[in-house]
Amino acid sequence: MTDIFGIPLPALMGQLTLGLINGAFYAVMSLGLTVIFGMLRVINFTHGAQFTLGAFGAWMLLSYFNIPYWGALLIVPLVMAVFGILIERTLLRRLYEMNHLFQLLLTFGMALMIEGLLSVAYGSSGKPYDNPLQGGFRLGFMFLPYYRAWVVTASLIVCFGTWYAIERTRLGAYLRAATDNPDLVRTFGINVPRLMTLTYGFGVALAALAGVLAAPMDQVKPLMGSGLIITVFAVVVIGGMGSILGSIVTGFSLGILEALTKVYFPPASSVVIFLVMAVVILIKPAGLFGRQP
Amino acid sequence: MTDATPAIEIRDLHGKYGPSHVLHGMNLTVPQGKVVTMLGRNGAGKTTTMRAIMGLLRERSGSIKVLGTETIGLNPEKIAPLGVAYCPEERGIFPSLNVRENLMLPPVLKPGGFSTEEVVQLFPRLAERFNSPGTKLSGGEQQMLAIARILRTGCRILLLDEPTEGLAPVIVKHIGDVLLELKRRGYTVLLVEQSLDFAMSVADHHYVVEHGLVIDSLSNDDLMAFPDRLQAHLGL
Repeated sequence: MTDIFGIPLPALMGQLTLGLINGAFYAVMSLGLTVIFGMLRVINFTHGAQFTLGAFGAWMLLSYFNIPYWGALLIVPLVMAVFGILIERTLLRRLYEMNHLFQLLLTFGMALMIEGLLSVAYGSSGKPYDNPLQGGFRLGFMFLPYYRAWVVTASLIVCFGTWYAIERTRLGAYLRAATDNPDLVRTFGINVPRLMTLTYGFGVALAALAGVLAAPMDQVKPLMGSGLIITVFAVVVIGGMGSILGSIVTGFSLGILEALTKVYFPPASSVVIFLVMAVVILIKPAGLFGRQP
Repeated sequence: MTDATPAIEIRDLHGKYGPSHVLHGMNLTVPQGKVVTMLGRNGAGKTTTMRAIMGLLRERSGSIKVLGTETIGLNPEKIAPLGVAYCPEERGIFPSLNVRENLMLPPVLKPGGFSTEEVVQLFPRLAERFNSPGTKLSGGEQQMLAIARILRTGCRILLLDEPTEGLAPVIVKHIGDVLLELKRRGYTVLLVEQSLDFAMSVADHHYVVEHGLVIDSLSNDDLMAFPDRLQAHLGL
């Protein structure tokens, strides 16, 4: 059997796949955070809870309405986008002019409420969600479950689609311009407040989509999002707040870096991302892909 | 709306930035098809007046009519479609967008604006820089881009805040020619300008602004005949 630096190839590839999966979630989650922050200048601490709601949404659709995974993949992000739009319209909008601390209180408070309510309603131990894609590819050097391949593919499509929409389309140009100078964009007759509402809805939909993707991988648990979101915040800081490409590249690479650390020096695997974050903050405070303000 | 309806009519305009009261009852009228300036010292309230017209100054009261429509309670995105476009003093080139994207960003709000070809004819240097990031342009090129992009919108009332500030004489001359071409095409321009020579070379009428008030109003002929009158106001 081939070894790479003393590790058998199948074990290494297995960990790399896991890293790629984690990286896919880091990328989609930090993408949503970054899109929201770029446009609204709000750090959405509810993001993890919205991810959890996405997973629970898939579970509820299946349990109560018998709607399978593929339906949930479409319905849950749409419903959560509407939920996000309502939050922006009724709550967040009032806080733009205020101290950022109030935005933290609101978004973090909503996260606690959502997680608390889910725990009360469904317990904290978790609900099972069946894998919609049984089986996998036998690649010779490893076994790749279909579902994992699907999660990585779907994330790449979502990331590329978002990047394309923001960097290459007219609507994306409005968004980028409004991120630079919202007042001036309004004088061109563009309804920037509405763009902000839609952006928040879109960011929340991304978190929910990640939640649906995550549902079949493990139990659907009320705290699944808050476990993920801490790492995602580190990813966003490393990539650079507000950078689309930064989120995607950093998300995937840090997932892989974490996996490699797990293989070669397991004790450091849970801190390696935060170590990278500390170094990046010291050397390039705006993040690897961020622009200096 | 007839041709006699003023393009912009401001009555008793008051404006505040938080606690500081900046405009104290401005009155001015910009007739259609004319180039009108606001002259005055820094901090007199000229930029604030422009921001009030565009709806960017939130705390404003009094009356601002654009082609007869009251805009005092409207948001910027509702005021622009009446046919007003704004070119700010800092030019407002978007750093995240390249030159082409900056040029094409403002949507066409009214028919009859400059086509992209016409804009490029007017400012040939922009075409050579289409794929550069907007902020890599020189000051003069940024100013041309800032004017060029609002010409595409079809808005025929332009607010230009110090378009010649800090630019080389040859570019100032170019921008002067563009203003005369706009006037020939019947555009209305409200201009803030520090250079009296430039103001006199393009404008029909001048308002002198001091402490958030219009303290004098004179035609270009008056200004040419009695330059001392303005110097007395401005203490030049």
